[in-house]
Amino acid sequence: MTALPTCPTCDAVVPVPADVVANELISCPDCGSDLEVVSLNPLTLDLAPDVEEDWGE
Amino acid sequence: MRAALLITHVRPEEKLLLAAFGARGITPDVILDRDLVFDLTAGPEQYAPSGVPWSAYDVVFERCVSTSRGIYALAVLNSWGIRTVNTYRTAVTCADKLLTTLALTRAGIPQPHATAGFAEDSAMRAIAAVGYPAVLKPVTGSWGRLLARVNDHDAAEAVLEHRFTLGDWTQHTIYAQQFVEKPGRDIRTFVVGNRTICAVYRDSAHWITNTARGGTTSNCPVTDELDELCARAANAVGGGLLALDVFESPDGLVVNEINHTMEFRNSSAPTGVDIAAAMVDYALTLLSQPAAANTEATL
Repeated sequence: MTALPTCPTCDAVVPVPADVVANELISCPDCGSDLEVVSLNPLTLDLAPDVEEDWGE
Repeated sequence: MRAALLITHVRPEEKLLLAAFGARGITPDVILDRDLVFDLTAGPEQYAPSGVPWSAYDVVFERCVSTSRGIYALAVLNSWGIRTVNTYRTAVTCADKLLTTLALTRAGIPQPHATAGFAEDSAMRAIAAVGYPAVLKPVTGSWGRLLARVNDHDAAEAVLEHRFTLGDWTQHTIYAQQFVEKPGRDIRTFVVGNRTICAVYRDSAHWITNTARGGTTSNCPVTDELDELCARAANAVGGGLLALDVFESPDGLVVNEINHTMEFRNSSAPTGVDIAAAMVDYALTLLSQPAAANTEATL
């Protein structure tokens, strides 16, 4: 079984969805940091990029 | 059939789109906008970050949360004759509220009165022309950011002084819109091609009803009137996959804004419509048309 990744901010173990995909955004349940899945094997998280002024829909 | 999904990162919407592609037996190459390198003096035979030439793609589905990256990527791809959803023309029009207003005006679409000015004195006159209260919006931006409802002359002066002192040049185009009294909600519609596939009410006690600002959604029936208005408005800005914000004004329905990379995570459940599936099916229908029909006259 693949080890669950940890939050780069608070080091908490972060559960990921079973159908997680690369570059998916998730939140740390402990500290609330916005995180990005930067690798699936091994499952690795990094801080998501900060929202920029031109981001939107 | 080869497709690419161009993204900044995977939000719930992109995950739904990937699943919709998968349900149709298609696995698009996911390309991150942060990885893009374009040789602007060469052509579409150059390689995409996915390792295949751009020319190999039958369609590129642009879903960048970064507006600037998405628009410039579309400009490049359309200039190479590569089919995209949406087109550069649609994206660049919708990304700019001033250009959206002009397009809607040309098409005779009902919308709130809007004006523009470029210096503090002239901007004050532009705001006065729509009357108080007025809504000041950055011409680019989303999620209800930096919207200002100014109730009187003094408030407008204060906002303009801040914009011109603290803002960069993009904040120095003052776009003023008539404040529309609405019944505690607005309507977000989803247009696919020439059809309004579904709509939601966005209820909020705040005058800003974006779900990004806490608005809640519920199903809104798509009437013939709403469908016809939204299809016309969508075509006015170039057409494609679009989300329109519509106000129920005392004078009837008016189109407020149009979004070209819409979020829909909160809208499929209340409407019962699989928005992602409809979006993918639209992209696939484009394949029956020559790429030129999608890209020509777009730049």
